[in-house]
Amino acid sequence: MFGKLSWSAIPIDQPIPLITSIVLLLVIAGVLALVTAKGWWPYLWHEWITSVDHKRIGIMYCLLGVVMLIRGFADAIMMRTQQAVAIGGSQGYLPPEHYNQIFSAHGTIMIFFGAMPLVIGFMNYLVPLQLGVRDVAFPTFNSVSFWLTATGALLVNVSLFVGEFARTGWLPYPPLSETAYSPGVGVDYYLWAVQISGIGTLITGINFVTTVLKMRCPGMSYMRMPMFTWTALASSLLIVAAFPILTATLAMLSLDRFFGWHYFTNTAGGNPMMFMNLIWAWGHPEVYILVLPAFGIFSEIFSTFSGKPLFGYRSMVAATLFICVVAMMTWLHHFFTMGSGPAVNTAFGISTSVIAVGTGVKIYNWIFTMYGGRVRMTVPMLWSMGFIFTFVIGGMTGVMLAVPPADFLVHNSMFLVAHFHNVIVGGVVFALFAGLDFWFPKAFGFRLHEGWGKASFWFAFLGFWITFAPLYVLGFEGMTRRLQHVNQPEWAPMLYLSAAGVGVLAIGVVCQVVMLVVSIRQRERLRDTTGDPWDGRSLEWATPSPPPFFNFAVTPNVEGEEAYWGIKLKAIESQGLGPEPQYRPIEMPVHSPVGFYTAVFAAITGFSLIWKIWWLAGLGLVAAFAGFVIFAWRDIHEFHVPVEQVAEADRARRAAREALLARLAREGALP
Amino acid sequence: MDAPRSSAMIRPVCRRGSAALPLVALLSACSGRSIFDPVGPVGADDSKILIDATLIMLAIVVPTILLAFWMAWRYRASNTSAEYLPNWSYSGRIEAVVWAIPTLTIMFIGGVIWIGSYRLDPFRPLASPVPPLEVQVVALDWKWLFIYPQQGVATVNQLVVPAGRPVHFSITSASVFNVFFVPRLGSMIYAMPGMVSQVNLQADRPAALFGQSAHFSGDGFSDMQFTVHSVPAARFDGWAQAARGGPALDRAAYARLARQSQRVPQLAFGKVDPQLFQAIATQQLAPGPGPQPEGPGHAGRALSTGGRP
Repeated sequence: MFGKLSWSAIPIDQPIPLITSIVLLLVIAGVLALVTAKGWWPYLWHEWITSVDHKRIGIMYCLLGVVMLIRGFADAIMMRTQQAVAIGGSQGYLPPEHYNQIFSAHGTIMIFFGAMPLVIGFMNYLVPLQLGVRDVAFPTFNSVSFWLTATGALLVNVSLFVGEFARTGWLPYPPLSETAYSPGVGVDYYLWAVQISGIGTLITGINFVTTVLKMRCPGMSYMRMPMFTWTALASSLLIVAAFPILTATLAMLSLDRFFGWHYFTNTAGGNPMMFMNLIWAWGHPEVYILVLPAFGIFSEIFSTFSGKPLFGYRSMVAATLFICVVAMMTWLHHFFTMGSGPAVNTAFGISTSVIAVGTGVKIYNWIFTMYGGRVRMTVPMLWSMGFIFTFVIGGMTGVMLAVPPADFLVHNSMFLVAHFHNVIVGGVVFALFAGLDFWFPKAFGFRLHEGWGKASFWFAFLGFWITFAPLYVLGFEGMTRRLQHVNQPEWAPMLYLSAAGVGVLAIGVVCQVVMLVVSIRQRERLRDTTGDPWDGRSLEWATPSPPPFFNFAVTPNVEGEEAYWGIKLKAIESQGLGPEPQYRPIEMPVHSPVGFYTAVFAAITGFSLIWKIWWLAGLGLVAAFAGFVIFAWRDIHEFHVPVEQVAEADRARRAAREALLARLAREGALP
Repeated sequence: MDAPRSSAMIRPVCRRGSAALPLVALLSACSGRSIFDPVGPVGADDSKILIDATLIMLAIVVPTILLAFWMAWRYRASNTSAEYLPNWSYSGRIEAVVWAIPTLTIMFIGGVIWIGSYRLDPFRPLASPVPPLEVQVVALDWKWLFIYPQQGVATVNQLVVPAGRPVHFSITSASVFNVFFVPRLGSMIYAMPGMVSQVNLQADRPAALFGQSAHFSGDGFSDMQFTVHSVPAARFDGWAQAARGGPALDRAAYARLARQSQRVPQLAFGKVDPQLFQAIATQQLAPGPGPQPEGPGHAGRALSTGGRP
């Protein structure tokens, strides 16, 4: 009846996951009770859960990402402390069967459910605003994407309490991940969590490619699009190209595991090497899917806080697309040590280093954006400067790994671990924190507290380097990754240092939380009434903070690069906003529960596939499909926002802008 | 078994590394056990390329970082004496330079990659007047089996090689993927089921080293390490002679060995089935069994306590 599922799936004998899950369940129950008691359900249901507004979906993505970052960070703390105590004969506090789940969950969560939702959240929030349009191309599809990603995150976290998670690393290499060597449900949890969220990501990619290609406001030609939108387009193109490979590869592994097929098995003609090729043909572009939007965020920040246009905009676009193309041609560098031969290794070594050209150009362009500027060292700028330092060094260690004979010494070592954290934390995570501080006032109407923001940066930056610099040294000493305990006592000092670094990093995380709490409490003092708190240059700053759900009362007309900067200059020149436009009713998509509904049944299907409850899996699939059918036959797709509502919102915005202009004139800030 | 104690010629301080690159040597803490302290030609060449590539890149990385910080400082908002160019966003000459610097660097590195990949191809035999010693390596869950076909002996978790003579390793796995890696000898390479990879290494002098699997392979992975003794040629022959007295490694003994086990003590075998490696690599002998299927008491949770006491 219930497949492999029984009460013994709950890890009663393992205190760490048991206590964690009980605490988590209590927290969730508490939150649900609070929402019920306060009567917030109708608001949550109508305004958030069923929302197809790209801004709401973007915020929900970011919230999911932040929660999962914290979960992944808890795993990181456990890994670093385990390695610091399990030295020279000691087994530490985590036995292999638990430790191996932790590092697998850490990688899976950080990439799929931490970084990806945050990056996609930023794309959701910003791309339509920067393009001057009212929503993405397929708003309901967008909601489906989000809820499928949330389903994946849910399944990963359920594995903590019911059964186990994969013990195979964040990419489940066969034959270790085949049934013969991993008979438990861990790999199945991985497969279905990633598979379901991967479909969500693919839909997002399609959605954003369409949005950018087809939905720009009048005058927004390709070479006038803000840099973030360009990188979002490049990233979405990579999603469309790479995620089907992931889906196919994981489907093949699932067929091996479920039906005893032989794609990647040891025997009967299976070829595990093919899995490595396929998974990295997705996995390497995935790195750029994450880091290109991060580059876009930094481009916006360097330009805004230097008070200048981005230096070499065309170069930047070229470098972005160059990286986008070459990213698909480098995957083999993840296994130079497999013995492919010198010709293959040379080709992939060179293609890998060639990516550094595009990245190098970007770094110089950011530096020259500051040239001749008036650089304001705000919190986003601190993260950006920290990024340049960290990322340049991470890029250098990356090229070291791209030289095959050098890779023969440090492949899979702690040096590699330090390298990819250098580029993913230093590149992507720093960008997300910078972007959070930068766009928070746009989304919520008040700035984040600067003092706590700066404290958070410094602790995170120093903590990051104290954690990862020792890992480079350990790599040189020959230490390989994923050791549950360490037999070499001479590695102890660096492992202690690294564990201490995580402590400093944790202070940075606490500062972020405090920053949020303090900012919410002092929100009246930090209020942004103008909609343009940083003297921004792209169209999202033309809207009030937070923007109305229809974004723009009147579709903007773009007349040059840096759309909003042009509008602003014109207003300053004429000392006014110009005549009030003719308002018209606006057509907006109606909210739809189809995303949430699909996700609920996707979760049921995923869970029952993991536990081989076949009847329930079939039921879930049929129900999820039925949701689509009902959705397809709905009659009302859109509603009209009445003219009065549009006018009222826009008049308030114009009043705020007039007040800003007057203030600037009083202060003598205008030319 | 009588493990040969080499004359412990582990040098107390780094030599090459510190001469070539103080920064890296400092980072590697001069433990004398890092990859910058190789005992053979392959490790020496690998680490030389690693250091060269680093130096080439540091030549642009350091100025770039300094330029970034100088730019942010020079053009800080409070410095009103700096020129203000609010509309300056293009310079063909600067663009040419910023594309040229990384391009030239990468062309240079590309040359290093090209030449290095061919010269240090792990499959390529080492130039030596002495014919290489053949060693067949089998990665098992979770221990290493070394077969010496020329001597007819085998060891577990212990590799003994003659100093100054190239060693040709043929490597396969009888279960999952692993990587054969002796950090101070140089190049690592994957051990894969159903396939044979090769690596040619040499220890120049007697030394005691550690080797490991550099690719995660399951619950016993952390202890999947082995010791490497490089000994003078005469002592090697004596050791092999002595090892011939050990128990036989026939297919039945191999089947017992192939079961999952952790923290396996060093073993030595005398008479070894000469076709054993071939049979493992072609999977004529079935791959090692995985963990026990989960018991009814642990639904969904695999119990791979394989061999744990």
